[in-house]
Amino acid sequence: MSISSENVKKIARLAALALDSEEIASLSRDLSKILELVEQMSAIETEGVSPSSHPLNLSQRLRKDEVTATNQRELNLGNAPDSKNGLFLVPKVIDQ
Amino acid sequence: MTDLHELSILELSKGLRDRKFSSVEVTKHFLKRIKELDGQLNSFITVTEEEALVQAHAADKKIFDGQANVLSGIPIAHKDIFCTKGIRTSCGSKMLDKFISPYDASVVSNLKKADMVMLGKTNMDEFAMGSSNETSFYGAVKNPWDISCVPGGSSGGSAAATAARLCAGATGTDTGGSIRQPAALNGITGLKPTYGRCSRFGMIAFASSLDQAGTMTRSAMDAALMLGGMAGFDEKDSTSVDKPVENYAENLNRSIRGLKVGIVKEFMEDNLNQGIASSFEKVINQLKSLGAEIVEVSLPNIHLSVSVYYVVAPAECSSNLSRFDGIRYGHRCSNPENLEDLYKRSRSEGFGAEVKRRIMMGTYALSAGFYDAFYLKALKIRKLIGQDFANVFENCDLIASPTAPEVAFKIGQKTDDPISMYLQDIFTIGVNLAGLPGVSIPAPLDKKMPVGFQLIGNFFEESKLLNVAHKIQETTDWHYAKPENF
Repeated sequence: MSISSENVKKIARLAALALDSEEIASLSRDLSKILELVEQMSAIETEGVSPSSHPLNLSQRLRKDEVTATNQRELNLGNAPDSKNGLFLVPKVIDQ
Repeated sequence: MTDLHELSILELSKGLRDRKFSSVEVTKHFLKRIKELDGQLNSFITVTEEEALVQAHAADKKIFDGQANVLSGIPIAHKDIFCTKGIRTSCGSKMLDKFISPYDASVVSNLKKADMVMLGKTNMDEFAMGSSNETSFYGAVKNPWDISCVPGGSSGGSAAATAARLCAGATGTDTGGSIRQPAALNGITGLKPTYGRCSRFGMIAFASSLDQAGTMTRSAMDAALMLGGMAGFDEKDSTSVDKPVENYAENLNRSIRGLKVGIVKEFMEDNLNQGIASSFEKVINQLKSLGAEIVEVSLPNIHLSVSVYYVVAPAECSSNLSRFDGIRYGHRCSNPENLEDLYKRSRSEGFGAEVKRRIMMGTYALSAGFYDAFYLKALKIRKLIGQDFANVFENCDLIASPTAPEVAFKIGQKTDDPISMYLQDIFTIGVNLAGLPGVSIPAPLDKKMPVGFQLIGNFFEESKLLNVAHKIQETTDWHYAKPENF
């Protein structure tokens, strides 16, 4: 199975990546090779096997719904590329 | 007196408490070495000289007051994947080049509480995705044994710095072999603990069901000491396991007579590199002479572990890395036209080629119509691989294998062929899929380059792993081999 440039463009849109034509060509080649590797999985019958998503098969621990962290707005905003009045700034989303 | 940088963590600990030298002296000594030698290796992204000296002074005071523990005042380095409060945490990526972490990772704060001194942050493959340390935004790390070769990855900076004696030890993370393979290629001891043993809080996520923090040191003894300081239950990590931390160092001296060690027949096939095979054989013979019983075992699905990994890891990566949107932190493109343009260009400019490749692969595997064929299929085979290990451990104490299929390769040799790079991890990936602990220790050199010997244990059997590793190191001198020019 190979992945066409069209497919690559579609996946890039889902992944929110802007790719140039050179990247599209090389990803189409590389992803096809990776798929070849991955497709070796089909050699094995897995009917009835339960999937493993956690190596220790533990259930997710829950915590009490309590506030534990203090408000660190200024500290966290310090890493924002653009902020104002304690808010993250983004380009205008709604047209006037 | 031996040079300070040649002393093990244990020897430094004794020397500090006997007042033969102070933590400030040891710290200054390592900082000087980093300044003089790291230009050749590029193993550090950030050196934190000021903070290191403050921490060293504080440790000296504790030692003076008789409040020191075994790790007090010993200088180490952290892989730049661990968040460090007030200090840049880049994860080897342009995306986080300007990111100053507002908090410490739990592993970092645990080792701070143990009074260890942080010398700086080590170089790594971008977002820990790579096996050669060539995908770092800050440039490739060089192998101190031969600077035309890679140090392995993704914890290549930690491995090179430890091997070159630029720090007494370092932290690393291992998602598919990222501690053990670079440990092998640099002739050091690299321990990947059981999944859940060390907290993942503040460790920048790559593949959350596989990532685990561990130690990179020059001996099993040092690994035992350091693991004792960093392991433990953490409320802040929902997959952290609430199990008491053992005194690993105390358990190193048990006899290993009668211990059953399995050699995986699927790993020892005819195409195994000759130099690696003969080096492996010598360690096995040493185990025999220590009284261990060697048996052949089979992991019938292990040949599929790389395939499974390259579905599971990219899938989790594509999900984890969706947080990098150019809004709250990280790189933002200039003059975005609209929100979508901001997302797309920020991510495309901030991520390197390998990271994009994995995000794309993961997005594909999780997309509608392919989920069952790839992701679900991979999780089922992951289950089978885990069962294979469980079956082996019913009759065996430990499993032994080579760590990496070859010694360090030349820089640039595999960069055009992602698959050949991925196959670096054929002996290590299964351990992550199953969540087991594994350690790589130095085996005899092959053509003057380091070779790794891997031991795999059952869940939470770090003590047994380190015990066997220590017995080998106590009776051989392989782990004393060091790069000539450092």
